[in-house]
Amino acid sequence: MPGKQLLMTFPVTATSHTLAAYLARGGYATLRRALATMKPEDVTKEVTASGLLGHGGAAFPAGRKWGVVHLNDHQPHYLCANADEGEPGTFKDRWILENAPHLLLESMLLASYALQVRNAFVYIRGEFDLPYRRLTAAVEEAYAAGYFGEDILGTGFSCDVVVYRGAGSYVCGEASGLLSSLEGKRGYPRNRPPRLTVQGLFKRPTVVNNVETLANIAGIIAHGAEAYKKVGTAKCPGTQLVSISGHIARPGVYEVEYGYPMAQFLFEDCGGMLAGQPLKCIVPGGISTKVLTAAEVEPLTFDHQSFAGAGSSLGSGGMIAIAEGTCMVRLLQVMLRFYHHESCGQCTPCREGMGWMHRIIDRIVAGQGQPEDIDSLYRISRLQDGMTICGMGDAAGYATVGILDKYRSEFEYWIREKHSQLEGNLEGAVHA
Amino acid sequence: MKHLIPEFEKLKARFPAGFESSLVLPCVRRIQEDRGFVADADIDGLVDYLGVPRIQIEEVLSYYTQFRRKAIGRWHLQACRNVTCSMRSAERLIDHLSQRLGVAPGQTTPDGVFTLSTAECLGSCGTAPVVMVNDAYHENMSVEKLDRLLDELQGS
Repeated sequence: MPGKQLLMTFPVTATSHTLAAYLARGGYATLRRALATMKPEDVTKEVTASGLLGHGGAAFPAGRKWGVVHLNDHQPHYLCANADEGEPGTFKDRWILENAPHLLLESMLLASYALQVRNAFVYIRGEFDLPYRRLTAAVEEAYAAGYFGEDILGTGFSCDVVVYRGAGSYVCGEASGLLSSLEGKRGYPRNRPPRLTVQGLFKRPTVVNNVETLANIAGIIAHGAEAYKKVGTAKCPGTQLVSISGHIARPGVYEVEYGYPMAQFLFEDCGGMLAGQPLKCIVPGGISTKVLTAAEVEPLTFDHQSFAGAGSSLGSGGMIAIAEGTCMVRLLQVMLRFYHHESCGQCTPCREGMGWMHRIIDRIVAGQGQPEDIDSLYRISRLQDGMTICGMGDAAGYATVGILDKYRSEFEYWIREKHSQLEGNLEGAVHA
Repeated sequence: MKHLIPEFEKLKARFPAGFESSLVLPCVRRIQEDRGFVADADIDGLVDYLGVPRIQIEEVLSYYTQFRRKAIGRWHLQACRNVTCSMRSAERLIDHLSQRLGVAPGQTTPDGVFTLSTAECLGSCGTAPVVMVNDAYHENMSVEKLDRLLDELQGS
């Protein structure tokens, strides 16, 4: 395995997700101890000291987010686990929901105690079926065992949790869009300020954390911030779940310690490329991060600083390995179709810009591209950057510019010759 | 939808007081499971029951891809065509489905058995390509596996 493991620490079996199995692994002992011996602010202090980063994509320190919530402000606070996993290439939270739902729930109880939350929520994407069933079964088990509800474990602390299902909208993975959806409305993102930790769900202070971020809390409280910081690098403590897919020999979810060498991860842990094809490039952290060529990614280590230095980002940990022979024009067409489909329509630059870019790329693929189309794609990407309420306009721009910067000649070829340089192939050299 | 109100009451009891607005999505989902789609009468009923503005329900119905106002086929096939699935043969799978069923994505077979749709990332990239059949994920699909699955569904 790629380095130390903090979450994937047990063998997955047909019953390893149940309460009985979790208790046998020492589950809920941390909650019991924390409620008996720690003050709420002590829990937040430990999380802050651990340096735990958000694992939803932005890598914002979890403790700093929590620190905004005032404990004695005489109003309800809410906690919401973001399980609306939808960034293309990302399927790592599914692993937690399916295999370690009680780890998430215990961690949410610890977070709720720290933030004095009476009502917590898990917002899960509507398409997830098995993850939803596993999670709701775990919630029922936890209620029956007295871990949720009134006066938990006789400590006077009370907390309820609701599992809330989305209904098909990428933008609901953005924290403020998620809260709009949780209020029973369209998933429209909201302008900041005010921050959600000041005015979130129904205008009350709300912490929205990614599932994987939360799942780390139980371990941090169990073993302490110092133990957590011993894993990973000085600037990136801990591990990150990576979901890798595409033309790779062993796709799946891996827990990777920060600082681990990328070449070793790709070519040893993941078994290298499917059927030994050469690697062309990699989408490092969901399609909204800039692609890195094979030469760029191979010397990197797995941490935010290393990827930022290469001009990209680890994002959500959704890696897609792309083999030589893959047509980047068609790949960008798939991406732009997606962004156009998912724009919520609130902001003009995104609503109009996505459609515009989608039409341009469709025109190129239809053999009717104009030489100025490439410049137009750059220009529209720039027009969207920072001009929309949420980051989706920026994200589509990163994806577009990332591919154009590195594979411009493929676009020029298609426009000039009216067909693909690589036969429009998306499947690499080896077809399934 | 009136026969679902006892279920909605149980649901409401799980939410904090004053969260009626939040019940729109779960109630709409339950109505759709029950009827197959959301009818005008359901909207009327929900406005009365939840006390939310009618426009809120209309907006929700037109915004989320999983909600629908019309009946579809008995088996809803949703083939993902996002990046990884496309890299693992999704486009060929969708063409095959379209040919075999004789319908384009978005359409229902004349016998009302199958509705074919395309979907954007279903979060199953590690087991791509994926096709959803009603609520269930069918992963690592191939033309052969898909044909066997359709044979089973057709006969059931």
